[in-house]
Parts: sequence; C-alpha cells; structure tokens
Amino acid sequence: MGSVKAELLRLWKWPATWVLIGVWLVMSLTFGYLFNYLALNGGTNTRDLSQQQLISSMQPENVGAAVVRGLPMFGGAIILVLAALAVGSGYGWGTWKTTLTAGPRRVSAMAGTVGALAVIVVVLVALTFLVDLGAAITVASLEGWDWSLPGTAVVEPLAASLLIAAMWTGFGVFLGIVTKGPALAVGLGLMWAIVTENLLRGVGALLGPVESLTKVLPGGSAGNLAGAVGGSGAPGVLNDLGGTTAALFLVGYVVFFLGTATLLKVRRDLV
Amino acid sequence: MIVTTEKLTKRYGDRAVVDEVSLSVRRGEVYGFLGPNGAGKTTTIRMLLGLVQPTSGSARVLGEAPGTPKALLKVGSLIEGPGFYPYLSGRDNLRVHAHRRGVDRTHVEAALEQVDLVGAANEKFRRYSLGMKQRLGVAAALLGQPELLILDEPTNGLDPAGMADMRDLVRALAAQGQTVLLSSHLLGEVEEICDRVGVISQGRLVAESTVEQLRGDTVLLIRADPIEKAHVLIEGSELRGDVLHVRETDAGALIRTLVHADVDVREVRPLRRTLEEVFFEMTGVA
Ligand SMILES: Nc1ncnc2c1ncn2[C@@H]1O[C@H](COP(=O)(O)OP(=O)(O)OP(=O)(O)O)[C@@H](O)[C@H]1O
Ligand SMILES: [Mg+2]
Repeated sequence: MGSVKAELLRLWKWPATWVLIGVWLVMSLTFGYLFNYLALNGGTNTRDLSQQQLISSMQPENVGAAVVRGLPMFGGAIILVLAALAVGSGYGWGTWKTTLTAGPRRVSAMAGTVGALAVIVVVLVALTFLVDLGAAITVASLEGWDWSLPGTAVVEPLAASLLIAAMWTGFGVFLGIVTKGPALAVGLGLMWAIVTENLLRGVGALLGPVESLTKVLPGGSAGNLAGAVGGSGAPGVLNDLGGTTAALFLVGYVVFFLGTATLLKVRRDLV
Repeated sequence: MIVTTEKLTKRYGDRAVVDEVSLSVRRGEVYGFLGPNGAGKTTTIRMLLGLVQPTSGSARVLGEAPGTPKALLKVGSLIEGPGFYPYLSGRDNLRVHAHRRGVDRTHVEAALEQVDLVGAANEKFRRYSLGMKQRLGVAAALLGQPELLILDEPTNGLDPAGMADMRDLVRALAAQGQTVLLSSHLLGEVEEICDRVGVISQGRLVAESTVEQLRGDTVLLIRADPIEKAHVLIEGSELRGDVLHVRETDAGALIRTLVHADVDVREVRPLRRTLEEVFFEMTGVA
C-alpha cells in the first residue's frame, strides 16, 4: 500500500503526467468533435449518409464509442509513452535504486508502480469520457438536436477502453524495464504503435499469414476490440475479430507484459 | 555484528570486481571502507543492499539476508549519489520515500532539520546545489531511524566546506551511537571520522584494522641547517635528499636537541602518508 501511495504521489505531481493527459484530451476533442462539427457546418462533403454518420458520432448517447475509438492507436501511443517514461526515467534519475533499497520487496515496488499507473489511466479514461460528453452536449445543444444521455450500454465501450489502456500501459512498463531507460523505450514503443503494425497490415494485404497475425498483435487486438464495441471512423479501429477474442488477446498481453517486466525487475541486478 | 560478509565475491565476466571480501562492522562504530576508484566499494555496498546478487560468498546485514524487507527497513543508505525525482521538491521527495519506508510524515520534517534543509525544502530537487542534493540523500537515509547507515562516498563532489559539513554530520550521528558504514577514497577523511577501517584494493580486502593501526608510527619530517649535523645528532634518522625522516613522537625534545647544538630548525612536521603508501605497507604492492 505504501508503495502505491509513494508512486501515486510522484506521478500525480509529475508535470509530464498532466501534459500527456492534456495533449490527449485536446486531440480527442479536436478529432472527435471539432473537425466533425466544422465538417457538418459548411463542410464540402454533404452527402446524406456521411452527414448522418457525423451527427450520430457526436451524439451524447454515443460518447462511449467516441472514447474507445481513439485508444487503439493515438491514445494508446500516449499512454504507452507515459508508462515508458514513468518506469524508464527511474534508471537515469537513480530513483529505482532509492526505491529498491527503501524496504518493500521488489514485487511490491513493481506493484506500486503498476497500481499507481492504473489509477492514472483510469483518470485519463474518465476525463476523456467527461470531456467528450461535455463536447457532445455542447454540440447537440448548439445544433438543437434531440439528445439524451448515454444509458447503461456505455459501460461496454468504457470497459473496453480501460482494457485497451491497460494493454498499452503494460507495453510501456515492459519497454521501460527491458531497455532500462526512457529514450529507447519511448522510441521503440511509438514506432511499434504508430508505424510497425500499420506497415505489417500493409504487407498483410499481400501475404495471408501476416494478415492473420496483424489482427492479434497488440494494436490489432486493441483495434478489433474498439471496433467490436461500436468504435468506428478512427485510425487503428478494425473489424476483423469478435470482441471476446480481441479482449482475451488483450488480457494475454497485459499478463505477459507485466509478468515479464516484474520478473526482470525482481531478478536483474540494479547497477 | 551489524554487517558480516564471508568471501563475498562478484564477477563480471572473467573479472572479480569484488574478490572474497570478508569484513565485519560492529554496532556503534563508524566503519571506513577505503579504496581507490574502481576498487569495488560500491559493488560491495550494492551486494549488502541486495541491489546486486553476489556470484559467490555470503553476507548478513543485522542478522538478515541482504535485500530482504527485514534487512532494508533497518538500513538507511546513500549509494553513488542521491536518486530523487528532479521535478519534486526536497520535501515531496522525502514524503515519497517515507511512504515506501512506512514511516509517517513527522519523520520527514525531523530528517530535513537534521541535514539543515528546512529552508530549501520546497525547492525542486533539480535546482538544488550538489551539496544540498547530497544532504537530501542523507536525510532520506535517516528516515525511520535505521540501525545502520550506509553512505557511499558522501563527500564526493563537495567543496571543502561541504565536505566539512558532511563530516560534522556523520560525527554528530556517531556521537549519538549511530552505526555507520562509510566508503571513501580519501585517507584523511577516513582517519578523521572512522573508528575502524577496511581497505579494499582491486576487489580484495587487503586490511581491516583500527585507524591507529592504519596510521602506523608517526614519522616526522625535519628541515634543518646544516642537515648533515642534524642527521648525526638524531639517532635513527634517515637522510632523504635535503630533509630528515625520523620515527619519533616527541617533537619538542627533538627540536631542543637540535637548537642546543646550534642547528637552525626550519621545519618540523608529521608526515601524512598517502593512500598509496598505506597500501604499499599493508600489501607490499604499490
Ligand atoms: N555492471 C558492471 N559490469 C561490469 N563491470 C562493472 C560493473 N559494475 C562495476 N564494474 C566494475 O567494477 C569495478 C569496481 O567498481 P565499483 O563501482 O565497485 O568501484 P568503487 O570502489 O565504488 O569505485 P569509485 O571510487 O570510483 O566509486 C570497476 O572497475 C567497474 O568498472
Ligand atoms: Mg563507488
């Protein structure tokens, strides 16, 4: 418990935490609402179907889908950066040394880090939900739509959002510990989240086995889960797998990333 | 015994960086761990804290295996410079550490006071001077009133005033009965504040003794005119160039003898042996 409190205190007061969350909220608003709103009012593309889609995507009722669709790629990348920085920086700052000599077992120290990151990620998803909801209500009121608040169905996309966020967090923690530093961890992580999987998907169009593989890679699983719970119209969202399958893969990744990271942290000399 | 090691060894590849070190630290003493750069001091200390697993041999810290919560909670340490979050204030850094050590906030204020950082407690760690950073490291080590304080080169990088402050702090703690294991590559520092010394060179503990033993007999250096006459007058003196070396503690009697014989005494001072000379004497290897 002390370890979680300690980590939460230092993550909460870390400017990078709020900068990254802030950047994500601004991105989410801009791409989820601002551009759609502008397109709706005087955009060039005014075909009926597309207009219906724009309206639907901005309805307060559909805010859950708006939250989840951003997470497979860009939101995930930001969460991964946060986790990789939080874990990797400790090597350069010497704070891992301070942490591991403080008293708690290494497993507890790791649990503290992961637990505190989990709290931060829940805050991030909750803030995204609230900010998106606020934006949706604003747009609906401005446009004079008949709107209603999201019902209990919103639980599913939000749970999916948390699972996707957990996977990217685990990925970041894993990279931070494997590379023992922030720079390489962030570089490799961003590369993977934004470039590598997309390239593989491109190759997959030509090679069957690669295509099957891309569906279940970390970003692919996240994209499929987002697609399965109603997310659409954002980069990285896919519709190749069932929701349950995608969710199971994500759970597998979380276990693998955090398990491996913890094992390394416990076993490896800290010099 | 607060710390004992038994043939503690750490190899990196073929090289034994710490080679069968058997040392012991007793309750209430300030133990100086003395050795030149690269001797293996930090690596030994890392093994005592469980940061590094020994290749072979064993160690006990306060009767416990190194690195276990039982051992760590009774030890406060500062290894190779302080490790803190640069964006947090000194006080917040200590609060984070206090959570980990399971001690309450009042200890944070007490520790800040002990190292004289109350005035700068709200400043960001990043903006601290080297001396302040080092003192915050000691404050963190003191949290929770550990039975053993391990300080790895705590005066590293400090200016003379900062070094003196740090030594005063260690002496003050020792006066309260605090057991301290302090590593250093400065012979003078160890002589000044330690009770017992372990000397490590190239991974091997070449000597473990009291400071008096380490210091050896006092050698006086004498500069006088004419020097040959002084050499004849003082029994057992060695002529080295234009000065005399003599194993003697009573400088007063010596000067009187010379002055009565009309020898001009220009300088008489005790010779400080260098670390190299101590090594030479203890190991026969320079
Ligand atoms: N992880 C490592 N891998 C390989 N060699 C290492 C490692 N850590 C330390 N060494 C080597 O072990 C030797 C002893 O290092 P150590 O840091 O223990 O010395 P030290 O006595 O603390 O020196 P200093 O006074 O410079 O701090 C050095 O030569 C160093 O290069
Ligand atoms: Mg060292």
